[in-house]
Amino acid sequence: MPILLISMANPTASTVPDTLKNAVIRLAGYSQDGIQSVGAFLAQLAGSTASEVMTYMTIPATISGGASIFQVHLGSGEVLHPGDQADMLVAFYQDSYENHLHSLHDGGICIYDSDQVENIHEERGIVHIGVPFTSATIEALGGSAKNRGKNIFVLGLLCAIYELDREKMSNIIAKKFGGKSEGVLRNAMIAFDTGYAWPVQSIEHMPMAPGESKGKKRISADGNTMIALGLIAGGCRYGAAYPITPWTSIMELLRSEFPKYGGSFIQCEDELAAVCMAIGMSYSGHLAVTGSSGPGLALKSEALGYASMAEIPLVVVNVQRGGPSTGLPTSVEQSDMMQAIYGSHGDAPRVVLAPKSVKDCFYTAVRACQIAKEYSTPVIILSDQAIATRIEAFTEPDLEKWWVDYEFDQSEKGAEFKPYPLDKMTRHSPPGSPSTEGKYPVVTGLEHDEWGHPSGNPKNHAAMTAKRREKLVKLSHSLPAPSFHGDYEGDLLFVGWGSTYGPVKEATQALRDKGYKVGCMHIHNIHPLRAGLGDIFGRYRHVLVPEMNDSGVYGYGQLATLLRAKLCDPRIQSFNKTEGLSFRVIELVDEAEKILAV
Amino acid sequence: MSSPAPAEKLTKKQLKADKPTWCPGCGDFSVLASFFNIVQKLEIPHEKIVCVSGIGCSSRFPYFVNAHGIHFIHGRALPLATGISLSRPDLHVFVFGGDGDGYSIGGNHLTHAARKNVNLSYVVMDNQVYGLTKNQTSPTTPLGHKSKTDPRGAIDRPINPMAQLVASGATFIARTHTTQIKHMNEMFERAILHPGFAVVETLSECSMFYPGAFDAGNPRKGGRFDLVDEEARNMESSAEAMSLAEEAEADFPGKFGVYLESQRPTKNDLEAAWINDERALVGETSDRDLMRQRFDAMR
Repeated sequence: MPILLISMANPTASTVPDTLKNAVIRLAGYSQDGIQSVGAFLAQLAGSTASEVMTYMTIPATISGGASIFQVHLGSGEVLHPGDQADMLVAFYQDSYENHLHSLHDGGICIYDSDQVENIHEERGIVHIGVPFTSATIEALGGSAKNRGKNIFVLGLLCAIYELDREKMSNIIAKKFGGKSEGVLRNAMIAFDTGYAWPVQSIEHMPMAPGESKGKKRISADGNTMIALGLIAGGCRYGAAYPITPWTSIMELLRSEFPKYGGSFIQCEDELAAVCMAIGMSYSGHLAVTGSSGPGLALKSEALGYASMAEIPLVVVNVQRGGPSTGLPTSVEQSDMMQAIYGSHGDAPRVVLAPKSVKDCFYTAVRACQIAKEYSTPVIILSDQAIATRIEAFTEPDLEKWWVDYEFDQSEKGAEFKPYPLDKMTRHSPPGSPSTEGKYPVVTGLEHDEWGHPSGNPKNHAAMTAKRREKLVKLSHSLPAPSFHGDYEGDLLFVGWGSTYGPVKEATQALRDKGYKVGCMHIHNIHPLRAGLGDIFGRYRHVLVPEMNDSGVYGYGQLATLLRAKLCDPRIQSFNKTEGLSFRVIELVDEAEKILAV
Repeated sequence: MSSPAPAEKLTKKQLKADKPTWCPGCGDFSVLASFFNIVQKLEIPHEKIVCVSGIGCSSRFPYFVNAHGIHFIHGRALPLATGISLSRPDLHVFVFGGDGDGYSIGGNHLTHAARKNVNLSYVVMDNQVYGLTKNQTSPTTPLGHKSKTDPRGAIDRPINPMAQLVASGATFIARTHTTQIKHMNEMFERAILHPGFAVVETLSECSMFYPGAFDAGNPRKGGRFDLVDEEARNMESSAEAMSLAEEAEADFPGKFGVYLESQRPTKNDLEAAWINDERALVGETSDRDLMRQRFDAMR
């Protein structure tokens, strides 16, 4: 967004544009100040005004409170990432000011609470504007307000500066606080109006351009919400789990939502019970879901092996976080890919899908349900903390196309019924299904023959292992093509997966703008990979795989390792980041240019 | 599980499946026979029977019953069965397992399935030894008993299964002995008819690795089979049940019969009530329109 940067670097000059196409606002304070709510309100407003939005937040891994940021990237056109650098920093405290001033680009604007921030560093042409958030809010609300309400005051301030839709924002606030006591809503409105009316002297208002996504039904949500809703749309009605960050909000939502659809979601005593309970629900003829984050997926891996062996349809969500062990529980990482594909014992094939955006979480969840049933297999949805917690605005999914009616099979099985036919896809006979011949199946984790009888016969084990593998091979031939942008041949191909989609796509465009011939491919279907996936790699001089995981002992990230094993293509190189943070566009551009210079 | 629907009476022949692979003299044969008796007697519809097990000798049970069954992983039969029971209230869920499966590797699940009062029947075939892996110490092996993992005799204090079950909050807890078929029949029948989590601790001798373990409870071998006097006590009192449990440990084999029988809403009922309330609010709205309404609220 170079135009924007220049224009905002000189806010008092005559080059201020009529409207802004993009604005990156970083709110820095403590989590108890409600800065997440401010960000969420802005994101919701963007969604309802046809603008694009993407947010980014850090949450302290503490029980209550702690330093926290919420960054909102508002745009009238496509917004692909939360913003490399901020146009505006809102600092609530001295330490938030000190720690986040660097996030502003040269000439950016810093609005700070003049009651809290005392030392200002004049540097890089940054425009400082002191506003007494604390005392102004207390004055407006009366003495008892203490620290409450200053977040809403700031929201009013931002609405005025960016000339956002005041009426719509008031409605959003009213909707949020309407359920609480009258006093809470009244105070929120007073704080908002006070902020809105606050005279900010040294900058002119910078109205946001009207959104370009008009005419479509738009919603805003975070990734975890869209996974939960996608599961329901995919026909999932039962599930079980144990709380773990950042997975938990999915189970909270499903616990409330499933009963409305006639099902239930059970909180279990541990991760093992959760996956086993979900397998019990799926065995019973429902499609069930369990989920967790990295450490919890590790605990579930024995039962995953069972689901693979017994060919039980099951959806498992893994919202990745920084690892191993407790690691960085509130940060982003893509280091569970190998665990998702291989984590269990024995040869235990399963399907792994990775959503690339919040919107895509919904479609990925629906597809996971469809594949789990069609192929009678566990399917892992590999999301990550960045997608899970960030808010995006997007067009509402079309439920005419993306809705799977809930199915429940209790048909009578005849004498010819075999649960594990070698020449067909496994279809179980759930309990309750009558049997014409009066013979009932036992589902087992022992190796079994076509009728499900335990069998240690060597040829049988080889045939059954192949059966479980071949259904994934079959799936690999029916998978949709990965999403692709940019040049179909040339200097460099990015291959990404998961939440790196936005920055990789934007980096691709930035490099093309510089004259390079660059394409980017984004892989949704992590395992199995789509047949023929690497066919176009040969058209580029370099193939670069950016991943938020370690390059490991042999120098390649997890997807890169897989691609090199599959394609034996020495062009495939890795670019890894292990800071618990998403890629910035500039990092990807720099790395690509470094490679292209060789 | 109350009032099973009337069905054609099942025959033993219809219920039999694979020939049991247990060793000659194993107590588990009697459990299987007793199970057949009661399922026939209660006229449970054939297709509604589900046998669930984990891993161990006794966990081979589902293969020997011609009914829907699932042979799962070690220690996790209860959460699996909970998933079946909660999502399929029409089924009769039976869980079979041993002392290692239930009290050791799966110990945590026992507590939680019991406290939630999940509607199912659980038979623990306790032989005080690991049989399938051939003679290692189990969580109920008495002090001093020699096994391959305790060649000098067990040194870890065994758990008291009855005390464990009382503490777990199970609403039906009974204890029986595989040589006392009539008593076992009665305990199984009452467990099946009990609404909620019903568990029967069944002393089942391992003829191979721990012969004679339960002779003390077998009058034919000079032992005593003393029954709980139900008339004389409050069946809902966990304090009384606990003192019976302590007696069973201090003066083995103690008493047989029902230690505790109480009523508490089942997890199944509580979840169903929530679903019913929510469905009443939803009314005639289709599932798809319900999601559309959800999207409307996200604008």
